[in-house]
Amino acid sequence: MAVIIEKNTKIIVQGFTGKMGSFHAEEMIKYGSNVVGGVTPGKGGSKHLNLPVFNTVKEAVKNTGATASILFVPPAFAADSAMEAADAGIKSCVAIVDGIPSHDMIRIKRYMRRYTKSEKMSLVGPNCAGIISPGKSMLGIMPGHIYKEGRVGIISRSGTLGYEAAQQLKNLDIGVSTSVGIGGDPINGSSFKDIIGKFEEDDETDAILMIGEIGGPQEVAAGKFAKENMKKPVIAYIAGLTAPKGRVMGHAGAIVSAYGESAVEKVEILKEYGITISKNPSVMGDTVKSVLSKS
Amino acid sequence: MDIHEYQAKKILSDFGVTIPRGGIAYSPENAENKAREIGGTKWVVKAQIHSGARGKAGGIILCDTPLAVAQATDKLLGKKLVTNQTGPEGKIVNRIYIEEATEIKKELYLGLVFDRSSESIMVVASTEGGMSVEEIAKQKPETIIRSKIEVAVGMQQFQAREIAFGLGIEAQLIRRAAETIIGCYRAFSELDATMVEVNPLVISNQDQILALDCKMSFDNNALFRRNQVSELRDKTQENSNEVYASDRGLNYVSLEGNIGNIINGAGLAMASMDMIKLAGGEPANFLDVGGGATPEKIVKAFKLISMDEKVKVILVNIFAGINRCDWVAEGIVQALQKIEIKVPLVIRLAGTNVEKGNQILKESKINYIEAKTLEEAANKAVKAIGN
Repeated sequence: MAVIIEKNTKIIVQGFTGKMGSFHAEEMIKYGSNVVGGVTPGKGGSKHLNLPVFNTVKEAVKNTGATASILFVPPAFAADSAMEAADAGIKSCVAIVDGIPSHDMIRIKRYMRRYTKSEKMSLVGPNCAGIISPGKSMLGIMPGHIYKEGRVGIISRSGTLGYEAAQQLKNLDIGVSTSVGIGGDPINGSSFKDIIGKFEEDDETDAILMIGEIGGPQEVAAGKFAKENMKKPVIAYIAGLTAPKGRVMGHAGAIVSAYGESAVEKVEILKEYGITISKNPSVMGDTVKSVLSKS
Repeated sequence: MDIHEYQAKKILSDFGVTIPRGGIAYSPENAENKAREIGGTKWVVKAQIHSGARGKAGGIILCDTPLAVAQATDKLLGKKLVTNQTGPEGKIVNRIYIEEATEIKKELYLGLVFDRSSESIMVVASTEGGMSVEEIAKQKPETIIRSKIEVAVGMQQFQAREIAFGLGIEAQLIRRAAETIIGCYRAFSELDATMVEVNPLVISNQDQILALDCKMSFDNNALFRRNQVSELRDKTQENSNEVYASDRGLNYVSLEGNIGNIINGAGLAMASMDMIKLAGGEPANFLDVGGGATPEKIVKAFKLISMDEKVKVILVNIFAGINRCDWVAEGIVQALQKIEIKVPLVIRLAGTNVEKGNQILKESKINYIEAKTLEEAANKAVKAIGN
């Protein structure tokens, strides 16, 4: 089994009939994802891309049996849409949208505390590239063709840096089991630790490449988790060696505000946890290759 | 987004925090009148710039007469103040805040931030007001009190009382101190702030609890619903190229080096900067044109980089995903037809339709250096500076 999505996972698109939603729904369908419909409040009952449109996520779930959703709604309404998905019984939701206020993200996470662990939706993003399990399904916006099928898991904050890694691996004839973009915001649905744990349990993944950056405690938390709970090797690259302190580097979450949040400090701490470090972004693939050849 | 001290004080006072009497002035005459209006016998003249540590930079002057207030204002207005937070270029003083001087009995520190580990709002307080929180953490870590606030229910009275008692505040002032702390919390939570810092929070000789200096920052992603906050933006306090960029939807940070960057995606941009550094160069900027890297954005990016006189070479690194390299290449060619670039140009394209993209660049007769990998791009950019 793959991480988060399977070959036949039924997917709905929230914000289906908008420009972004339409474009990426088509791309996902072309890739082979099982998109079964979408939600746009007020357009229920119509058809879009030959698929049914529903007014609410509940209706969509009831009529299609969807278990996954992807959000293309504007940032001001994204928190509402994510909570609607959680309430309708969606199991996995990816929020692509960039620009959700941090206070809204906290609200979503507090809202989700009402669910037991087994019924809780896993939210990935926002401000991310989504999820791809090459050859199976894509719940995201990545260029599918740069991913070769294989057994390395990728978790990345950045979209394009995740692509860079997949391409480097492909050039070395190494494939990817699943790639998860967790997004660049300070408060996100799933952390590195949340996802790395799923890869440890995934029988189709042999090693994990974690692509982090400056800011926040998540890379270090995942490193600690790996040391204490994981058998599979973890390789990491941390971007932002040259980033000045106290400045936001594009991603809202990429800001050094405390000890342990700079690239140099994260690398030092991860090394202590036994994580193999890719010392620069152009050798991510090579570093994975050398770790795989040793194990 | 950052705001000025006087703006933050106005906001906090709306949430029930007591502030010293004061007023804003734009000229020496204005300042003198303000001082008379405020009354009293001593005034503090405070340069309004988006930076802390203004005192050490000469931006805060204590005055005994309204005339001295006018003179101090005259001295500060139009001046560039360089603090340890502004960078060497400093920040221009266009507004002066005149405030009654406070007789201080005790200086405290109070700050509120997002705690990314617990995903809640964290209140940080210390008895060592007047120092920066970094200095306190280094020199007097034992004085720091932290309190996590559950955002779903907001800050409770007992949490504020615990902090107030922890700061050693006398019993008869606890209630007022708790109101002050909760006022700061409410401002943070209700206005989509990312930081509120009152430093120092003082107890005056008259036993008033006053916000003597404060800073607030706000979540840019939430400005769409905070019109009153976004109106407080002062572009004169931001790097002019950064203002140009943000007005055009580009993520840009001006840096000290001489290699200009145009990159899609924040992570890839940081990674490319790292490669430049490892190759022995220094980036002149961080610039993320967005994952999509549309031709319009690329034209704007070239315009922006060409405005930076430090730049001796330009490095373009685009990983085309959903968009295609041929489309990106056309954007680059268009940009170079519109904007004259006088420095060497290194271009690395990767991803979808890379061969087609490189072919378009070659056939366009633009003068550039091609690179295949991230590393090659950085090395060639550093080498091109010498040529």
